[in-house]
Amino acid sequence: MKQDFQAIWVYLATTPLLGLTVTLIAYQVGTWIHERLGRNPLLNPVLFAVVAIVLTLKLTGTAYGTYFDGAQFVHFLLGPATVALAVPLYRQLSVLRRSWASIIAAVVAGSLTAAVTAVGFAWALGASRETLMSLAPKSVTTPIAMGIAEQIGGLPSLTAVLVILTGILGAAFGTWILDRIRVGSPAARGLALGVASHGIGTARALQESEVTGAFSGLAMGLNGLATALLLPLLVALLS
Amino acid sequence: MLSNLTLLLLCQLAGEVLARLLGLPLPGPVVGMALLFGGLVARRRMPVGLEETAHGLLRHLALLFVPAGVGVTLYLPLIADEWLPISFSLLASTAATIAVTAAVMRALAPRRSSDG
Repeated sequence: MKQDFQAIWVYLATTPLLGLTVTLIAYQVGTWIHERLGRNPLLNPVLFAVVAIVLTLKLTGTAYGTYFDGAQFVHFLLGPATVALAVPLYRQLSVLRRSWASIIAAVVAGSLTAAVTAVGFAWALGASRETLMSLAPKSVTTPIAMGIAEQIGGLPSLTAVLVILTGILGAAFGTWILDRIRVGSPAARGLALGVASHGIGTARALQESEVTGAFSGLAMGLNGLATALLLPLLVALLS
Repeated sequence: MLSNLTLLLLCQLAGEVLARLLGLPLPGPVVGMALLFGGLVARRRMPVGLEETAHGLLRHLALLFVPAGVGVTLYLPLIADEWLPISFSLLASTAATIAVTAAVMRALAPRRSSDG
């Protein structure tokens, strides 16, 4: 019996099926817990899934590469999903036409603030160059952030983790900060959440109102474009 | 459904090719997003079913982050070494970004009575 299980394990460990299934199960359990506990932003399903899978890999002595052989099928969808962001962006076309100048100014200011303060604070506290370059695109939605990190000499998978942590922080404390500085307009609140904490911030903004959520989604897409254009230039100028 | 998925992949493919040919400082999928956005604006209407396909992909956007996030397992020693600059930078920078973006938008946006 034990031998049977061992033979099955040896077989499964070499197919992509296991990594793929583990990813979907961990995420769904994370979503279930998140919803059960009142959608607490600190209990993010992504954070839960990542911690659960890392622990599983450590306990079974599985290498990340073996896991990724299966999980890459999920990972691949980030490409078409990024392209699909054009659809919600297009839905906000009339808003974009009406106040495009102030939206662009706010997004560019936020994009520069995110990159400069992230690198500045970490540099002042003695972070390595690889860490600095991985931190720089941390407010941008993951697929874009990973591409930027690769380009400027960061570690894309470290960036992915930092992006997710940034999203969770922004969703947890963003609305509190906006209340403290007395920003009431849904447009300004949505833009701030979307620029600072991408998709996870957008999910939080949608809980406030549909307008806040729409502006947040718009800001997420525009910030991706702005940072992808500005950050490599900024790095080239400074180094 | 299938034709819209093909459209998304074609945009991504065109994006990858364009980014490399022109040496653009942008990831291929981002160029693909810009191409699709430009196409939608030029065409002035959404292809049938594209909304549903995009919605289906974006509804579970968070799931797609998981495999890359698990990559943290490769960087645990680095994060343990630099936990202070990393955590302080994430907290302070996220707060600053939210405050600056909201303040600029509040200062510049056309005022409307409904904005409160």
